[in-house]
Amino acid sequence: MIRDITIGQFFPGQSIIHKLDPRVKIALTFAFIVIIFFAKTYVGYGLIFAYIAFAVWLSQVPVRYILRGLKPLLFIIVLTFLINVFFTPGSKVLFRIWAFKFTQEGLNQGIFMTLRLVLLVVGTSLLTLTTSPISLTDGIERLLQPLQVIRFPAHELAMMMTIALRFIPTLLEETDKIMKAQMARGADFESGNLFQRAKALVPLLVPLFISAFRRADELAMAMESRCYRGGQNRTRMKILKTTRRDYLAVAVTLLLIAGILLDSYVL
Amino acid sequence: MEPIIRLQDLRFEYLSFEGEEIAALNGVTLDIQKGEFVAIIGHNGSGKSTLAKHLNALLRPSSGVVWIKGMDTRDEDKLWEIRQTAGMVFQNPDNQLVATVVEEDVAFGPENLGLPPEEIRKRVDEALKVVGMQEYAQAAPHYLSGGQKQRVAIAGILAMKPEIIVLDEPTAMLDPVGRHEVMETIKYLNKHEGITVVHITHYMEEAVDADRVIVMEQGKIVLQGTPRQVFSQVKVLKEIGLDVPQVTELAYRLKAEGLDIPLDVLKVEEMVDAICRL
Repeated sequence: MIRDITIGQFFPGQSIIHKLDPRVKIALTFAFIVIIFFAKTYVGYGLIFAYIAFAVWLSQVPVRYILRGLKPLLFIIVLTFLINVFFTPGSKVLFRIWAFKFTQEGLNQGIFMTLRLVLLVVGTSLLTLTTSPISLTDGIERLLQPLQVIRFPAHELAMMMTIALRFIPTLLEETDKIMKAQMARGADFESGNLFQRAKALVPLLVPLFISAFRRADELAMAMESRCYRGGQNRTRMKILKTTRRDYLAVAVTLLLIAGILLDSYVL
Repeated sequence: MEPIIRLQDLRFEYLSFEGEEIAALNGVTLDIQKGEFVAIIGHNGSGKSTLAKHLNALLRPSSGVVWIKGMDTRDEDKLWEIRQTAGMVFQNPDNQLVATVVEEDVAFGPENLGLPPEEIRKRVDEALKVVGMQEYAQAAPHYLSGGQKQRVAIAGILAMKPEIIVLDEPTAMLDPVGRHEVMETIKYLNKHEGITVVHITHYMEEAVDADRVIVMEQGKIVLQGTPRQVFSQVKVLKEIGLDVPQVTELAYRLKAEGLDIPLDVLKVEEMVDAICRL
């Protein structure tokens, strides 16, 4: 049924990774993304791979869920690999195909770029797979809070995300209802070319938009009557607390960063 | 004792889409005592919803005064205190829930009041218990039935510890089961928590249990009194185009046929008694 849709790709669970403070998880994911681009040797990528494999293992998320995120990017990954292999200047020519040189440097560059892309997707997937949309929003709000000093609307942004998450199922249900009502009156959403189909959506979108605006109006009134006045003076029932496992995760990540920097720039 | 709600010659005009001035409220004067259960009936456009929105300062009078617990709703400084004192539940259960988890939604009001987290936690648990929704604390609102959603909305208001709850047709979009749930909750709040209830409805059966019924028509109060007094005026109500409870209607017709039945019958049991006495 339509109300059973999952938003995002959250994979519910009780693992250590799931229980990490969302702020810490978001920050560590960023650190991870940055460090991917600092690695320059196979040893370095081996370290990063070991780190993320360990995290995936801890999270108890099935590997196929993680790999699913790679599927739509397969084409880009292959293309990146080929372009890097053939267009990186180098001296150690392994072999030639017609006008293309296949060099050792090119091969290395191609493999590194591919690894970077794969690790990037796996790292970010792990974040969204192990963090519910609500705690993700919560984490983002609190991480951005310092920016409110320069008038960045952190609270407003988080509130918009929360409301969007709240109303996605409601609006989906409504779309379903309107669609059935229009079909009962002879609307045809399934045949015709692209242009005709797009035109057929008009009787669906117009009522949907009108109702969405009406909902927005009523919700705003309900929020106001519950004393909502923006983020000022607002407290929260749930406070995010960092615990030992958060510090542990940070420590392991710092070790990884130190390892990569040592490997790429010192040794 | 000072009435908790006082309306003094309340008038409200607004501009229609065509630019005409329309009077939604036409001089309403009304006192409601603390702990009272008042039902306001009237059909669409009678001004009953507009009246409700004046009770927690969502609208301000064009002329006349509204006092909530002695606070004038035109006073900007008292705005939040008024809204906390008089909570409001709306018709559409979907359009008043903000959060994706039931307990987070109930916490929304107290969070806006800036209360400390432990206090919010306590209030949320209490409020959910009062409306009987504690086992759904972690559920997502879109999995609940209409009646359950409306009870969550009531809990969200309760968590702000209001003295008055204004309900603007809270049962209009519910099925009979949901309607019953919500009505039971409202009655409980009035009887056991001592909360003043202003219940706006167009189901006459729901008005029967109120302490006082107020009938509105064209922005004015045309009739008020106990349910018995109001509903025995079958003719007046019919003229305005309102119904009376089915049993009262039956009594009215039997009386018209010459049977000796009192006109102020409100419930089925009373009807049975009256007929047995014939």
